[in-house]
Formats: sequence, C-alpha cells, structure tokens
Amino acid sequence: MSTTVSAINPASFGGDAVPMKMWGIDSRFIAPILITLILLVGQLSFGILESYPQTLTAIGVCILAEIILSYAVVGKFPHLASAYISGISAGILIRSPEFWPFALCAAVAICSKYVLRLEGRHLWNPTNFAVSFMLFAAPFSVASLSIQWGNNIYAMMVIWLLGSIIVYRLKRFHITATYVAAFVAFAFFRSVWTGDSFLAEVAPITGPMYQLFIFFMITDPKTTIRHSKAAQIIVVLAIAGVEAILRLMENVHAPYYALFLVGPIANLIDIYWLSKKKTGSELATTA
Amino acid sequence: MNKLGRIFAAVLFVALLSVPFWLRGSYRVSEIRVDSSAALERYGFFLSEVAGESGVEFKHTSPRLDQKLDHIMPIIASMGAGASVVDFDRDGWNDLYFTNSGEGSKNALYRNNGDGTFTDVAAELGIADLNSRENGVSMGAVWGDFDNDGFEDLLVYKWGRTELFKNNGGKSFTRVEDTGFPAWANINTAIWLDFDRDGVLDLFLGGYFHEDLDLWNLPNTLMMPESFEYARNGGRKYLLRGLGNGKFEDVTTAAGIDTNRWALAAGSADFDGNGFPDIFIANDYAVSELFLNQDGKRFVAAGESSGVGFSPKSGMNASFGDVLNDGRLSIYVSNISEEGILLQGNNLWVPRTNSSEGLKYDNQALNFGVERGGWSWAAQFGDLNNDGNQDLFLTNGYISADKAANYWYDYSKVTVGHNTIIGDAANWPSMEGRSLAGFQQKRVWLNDGAGRFNDAALAVGVSETFDGRAVAFADLWNRGVLDVIVANQNGPALIYKNNPAPGKNWIAFELEGSLSNRSAIGASVTLFWDGKRQRQEMTGGIGFCSQNQRRLHFGLGTSGSVEKAEIVWPSGKKTIIESPGVGQIHKIKEQ
Repeated sequence: MSTTVSAINPASFGGDAVPMKMWGIDSRFIAPILITLILLVGQLSFGILESYPQTLTAIGVCILAEIILSYAVVGKFPHLASAYISGISAGILIRSPEFWPFALCAAVAICSKYVLRLEGRHLWNPTNFAVSFMLFAAPFSVASLSIQWGNNIYAMMVIWLLGSIIVYRLKRFHITATYVAAFVAFAFFRSVWTGDSFLAEVAPITGPMYQLFIFFMITDPKTTIRHSKAAQIIVVLAIAGVEAILRLMENVHAPYYALFLVGPIANLIDIYWLSKKKTGSELATTA
Repeated sequence: MNKLGRIFAAVLFVALLSVPFWLRGSYRVSEIRVDSSAALERYGFFLSEVAGESGVEFKHTSPRLDQKLDHIMPIIASMGAGASVVDFDRDGWNDLYFTNSGEGSKNALYRNNGDGTFTDVAAELGIADLNSRENGVSMGAVWGDFDNDGFEDLLVYKWGRTELFKNNGGKSFTRVEDTGFPAWANINTAIWLDFDRDGVLDLFLGGYFHEDLDLWNLPNTLMMPESFEYARNGGRKYLLRGLGNGKFEDVTTAAGIDTNRWALAAGSADFDGNGFPDIFIANDYAVSELFLNQDGKRFVAAGESSGVGFSPKSGMNASFGDVLNDGRLSIYVSNISEEGILLQGNNLWVPRTNSSEGLKYDNQALNFGVERGGWSWAAQFGDLNNDGNQDLFLTNGYISADKAANYWYDYSKVTVGHNTIIGDAANWPSMEGRSLAGFQQKRVWLNDGAGRFNDAALAVGVSETFDGRAVAFADLWNRGVLDVIVANQNGPALIYKNNPAPGKNWIAFELEGSLSNRSAIGASVTLFWDGKRQRQEMTGGIGFCSQNQRRLHFGLGTSGSVEKAEIVWPSGKKTIIESPGVGQIHKIKEQ
C-alpha cells in the first residue's frame, strides 16, 4: 500500500495524473492522514489493533527499512509517507499475539519494493505481498484482520465517505467503485451458486479490512497500471473475479491472494505495453 | 542504482522470507509420547482414563432447538456438558455431578463408593430428570450450602428455568419453589458467593442468549450476537442475595452490575484485597468484565481500568491460579486460536506488583507459554505432580463432525459482517455436517515454577480429541493427588486417575465456616513453605461450567514441612496454623 506519487505521469499514457496538491496539502500526505484516521477511529471506538506497541513496531520497522534500503539501493533519503502507510497497514491487517510477525511483515513489504521490480516499477503492492506471504508462510502465528466495526454504522460511514472523497480527488475513485460493484455482483452470483444468503456473501465488505483494501491497496498509484482508466477497470474486475473464484474455493484470504496473483501480471503487461509505446514513439521521433 | 546495494537488498529479502520456515517447528503442539515409567520419571505423574472401569458411563447429548436454527444447530446447541464435584453425603469421598442437555436426557450424580467405583444415584435422589423443552435444559451445576445445614445444595442452571434443590442430609433432594430466580433465562454460568459477607450464600447468574428468547419457540431468527467482538445483546446478569431460606432477592441493579454481554464463565475472588469478593466475567463476543466489590453493596466496573477488559475476544473460561507462588491470583481466560484464521490467544492476566495505579493486569499468556489452546473451553489450575507449582489442564474443541470438511470459511465470512447480517441466524450458511475446530489436542501445561508452562498432554496420557467443555479437579480416591474430570459435548465424561511418582509431599485443607457461610466459599488459604507462598481460593464454581472439589490441595515438592497456613475467612476472621502436618487433610472449622 505505498502511495507515493508516480514518477511517471500516468496522464501521458492515457491514465489520470495524481494531483500534486489536495486542499493545499501535498497529496503524498493525504493517504497517511486517512489511514491514521482509520486507525484512530477503529482503535478508539472498538480497539481493533492487536496492541499499540505491535503496530508501532510495524511502522518503525517499515521506516527504518525504507531509510536503509533507500540509501543502499538509491543512495538518497526517501520520502517516508509510503513506508508509514505500509507500516500502519501491516500493523492493522495482520493479527498475531507476538511481535516478530509485525516486524517481519513490515520488513518484507519494504524489501519487496526494492527487489521485485522491473523497469523502475515494483510489481506487487508491498503490503499485499507481505501480508499474503505472512498468511501463507506463517499461519501458525499470523491471521488477518477479521473483525468488524462493531455496531456503530456511523464510524464505518465516516471512513467510507472520507475515503471516497480522497480517492476521488486522487483520481482513483473509479477503481474503488468498480471493485465494490464487482464484489456485490459476484456476491450475488456466489449466493446463487452456493445457496447461502446474499447478505452472508456480501458481509465481508462491511468490515474494516476491506476498507483498507479498497482505499489503499487496489488504488495504490505505484502498483496500479498506467495504461488507461479503462485498463485499470479491467484489472480491478479481474481482481474481483479471481477473488470470487477463491471464495468459492473457501479461501479465507481471498482478496489478498487475488491481488497477489493479478497485480503483478497486470503490471508486467502494462510495463511491456508502455515500453512498446515508448519505443514506437522514439522510433517515430527518430524517423 | 547501486549494484552492491541491490545485492544487499536481495540477500536481505531472501533471508527475511526464510524466517517463518525456521520458526515453524517451535509452534507445533508437543507430540512427545512416552510410556508411563518415562512419564513418571520426566513429569512426575501420568494420567489413566478410568471412567468406564469406575462405572461412570455418562454421555452428553445436545438439545434440538427451534427448527429455524437447524442449519446451524451444532453452533447454537454447543454447550451444556458440565461437571461439578461435591461430597453430597459427607462421607469423605468426592462425588461427581454431570449435566446433560438433550430433551429428556438425564443428569447424573455419581456417588463415590470409596473403592474406586461410582454409582449413579441421581434418579433415586430426584435430580436426574431436569431436561425438557418446557422447562429448559441444563448448562451446568454448582453446589453450595444455601441454608447452612452442613449439606451442599444443588443449583442447576439452564437455558430455561434455573432450579435449586435442597439436600436433605445426603439422602434426598427437594426442589425449592419460589426462589426468586428468573422464571426463564438462558443462563450459561453460575457461581455461589457471599458478596455481602453476611454468612449466607448468594448467587450470580450470567445470561448468554437474551432472556426473552425461548430457544424452542423463536419468533424469528434475530437471536445471534450483534457483533463478533462488541456484542451487547446477550443475556442479563442476576446478582441474587440469599436470604437463607431458599429465597433470593434480585439486587443486580442496586449493585451496579448492568451488563448484557454474552457471559460464558464467571468466577469470584477478592482481587483487590479489600475483603469483599469481586466478580470476573469471561464474555463471548466481547471484552471480559471485572466488577470490584466496594462494600458488599455496590460493585464498580473495573475491566477497562485494570487492563482485562479492553481487547475483545471470545472468553469461554475464567479460572484463578497463583502461578508464581507469590500469593497473587492470576486469571486465565480461554479464547479461540485457529492457525491463519483467528489467533485470539488465551489470556493469562497476571497482576502487577506494586502498581501505583491500583489493580492492573498484564496478559502474560505468551510469555508463560499458555496462549494457544485451539478453540479453548474450561481450564483449571492445580498441582498435578505435587511439585509445588500450579499446573494448567485445558480442554478444547468446538464441533467435531466431518473430518474432511470444515466450516471455517463460512464462519469467518459471516462473523465480520455488520450487525444486521451477523445478528440474523438466517444469514449464517448451513453447516451441512462440517466440523469447526474439531478433533483438537488437549493441553496439560506443567508449570516449571520459573514462569514457564510446558505442554505434556500426550506424554502424560491425554490423547483424546472429544469436544471438551468442563474440567474439574478432585482427589477422587483420597490419595493426596488431583484427579481430573472432563465433560465433553456430545461425548462421554472422562475420569483421569492421577498416578504420581513417589517422593513428593502434599497437604490439603477442608474448611467449614461458622460466622461465614458453612461452605466457606470465599475463604482463602495461603500456604508458606520452603520460601514459597501459594494462595488458593475456595470458589463456588470456577472455569467453564465446572466446579472443583471443596478441598484445597497443595503440592509441596520434596519439602517435608510447612511453615504455616494462613486462612482468611469470608467473615474477615483469620486463622493461622503453624507447622501443619504434611501428607494429610486438615479439617478446619472457623472459630
């Protein structure tokens, strides 16, 4: 869930540019502010965190890893908004009674950005990669956030409203909206397929895990494709589709694994496509 | 890009990814199996399951509730296997009472014949046939001498009509009418206590489902918790002040115990040292609650301020133990742990020493090694190998059905939903014979005395995987050891006879109140020996749907003497016994 402003302006390739400022605030700080708000609302209202020290561990390790790896690999001090978001997301999304999973998840997330990259872009959303890895490799000590916002619908509404406004301003609302619509549609199909109630199928999206997923993971400018808005919609539909299949296979971690599977494939195609376009454009200029 | 830097990042990345694979082995449940002689040498005891050969052939059955719940009946009708220990006829031998829950099923009172066998006398004494659709079904039972006549009376709490039976000299029981109990409530926990210290036992009843619900005649399916972790639509609580004549006065509101969380277990002890018994409640779908007794009239909620009531889990057990032999009671709450899906972890709330902020607890379950017990139910503290340290026996397992299919995905799907979804049973996917946290390995955690518990269940002979609910400790053969009684949902009752290694000493105390209630519920004994100090409480029900023997049993290790025993009676009086003899049961009457 790193949300740094893209080095390449997607607008030049048909996508929407992320505005540099929002309400007079550097847009790189908008996502950290929102995720902090989610954390505070969740924790102060319902105590959603495993504990403050564990979440702080995740944030601290993310920031430390970002600084070390940025110096080692790029040779400069990084902007820390992305690491902060990764840390806070890991701190919320994984559940463990111990400390080491938070530290490891945070370190894997940041490290993946510097190792799993192509053409200057990382292929997986860092937090998605790390959370998926932890759920797959360390189930003995890690589970995912699987609680709800309690009975107070207003807390949930505030997050949905603020989140929607912010992703709209960040020109990513179409991704979120498409995913939600697709989830609901697939929930209906699953309900027909399994015979379970539609509300049971739609239930997961009312939980806080999905709010982080739809506002931070799938909209991450660094790891969403840049080709065009239509292509982004196709990718998010693919994520929702794979998730629906995984859900029919009764996979508890379906959304994480769906993004883990679809995200890098989409990015590889995107990188290939953009590189072809760039080459074509250079050839045309040379000619 | 710095090439060396990239190599460094790649190496670091691979190293990080390898970490879980290195750690995996240390999380496996102990699979050490040894023969009995090796167990004696290594652990100081082993357990033999002897229910059948002792004549205890009790098998629990679940009720069949409203057919609107048929699709998830195993989840709803998932409790009711209770076990309590009592010497109902005062012959000096511990007897056993098991609750059943199927409509028409019978509860059982196994009289201890003193020769290693038991005989079910519940039917002839009139306390067997208590489960029916019209009057409700049993969830558990606790014994206490409400009329101070010297014989323990029986309270059977139910989803339905909770009932009290007066013990007529150990020869028969009479149902007590007009008790002042609720006409109908879905009670899942009950404890005897004397909260006002007037020498007459009082009762605390904890509701699970809302008391308006008749689970056999539901108007609709809106009866589930409104949240998996923040539910407040459960049953109310009842603090009933005993009047000594079989009548009770509802003082819940006046006492300030106003809560509708889904209570599964309660226990009482004087946690803050003011002389009045406090109440701890382990709630399902919510935080635990601690009510501190101010003056025998008012209780103050201290769950959040003490630290035990902030992080919501699925509390199913509350038991107390002096795990460090320093005279302080820790509280053990069992929850749910399922790999990769739900890792709540059990809680061991250890009180802080010298806290300047009043009563404060820290969860030390992970550090002490008693955090993961699967879908945990009852747990009891007791010194199983008489080495002087309190061990912990935990039973677990929710629904064992089809081994090849489990309900976890559907369970995790619906339980994250908003209250309009989770709260309606109609939205819960059909179980269709699937298991949910079934076939689980029990835990026998042995306390090393240095703040660490090690699981030795398989090694000491506990290998069954029934869906355990209640656990009680008692010296069933009067040998100076603790035997273990387990009640299983839809399964047989088990009796683990303890076979201790020679060379360890013990001492036990049986208390009888005079100014205090005659059962001496609420009394504490602190034993001083060999530089150690261990406190035990006389409880009127502890764990989950369980009650231990009245006798307080202390292992002494190899120590051949005891410095003193300090008894604090519920009345406030103190009795100090200097150098009590070891290897014997001391019968102490309040003077």
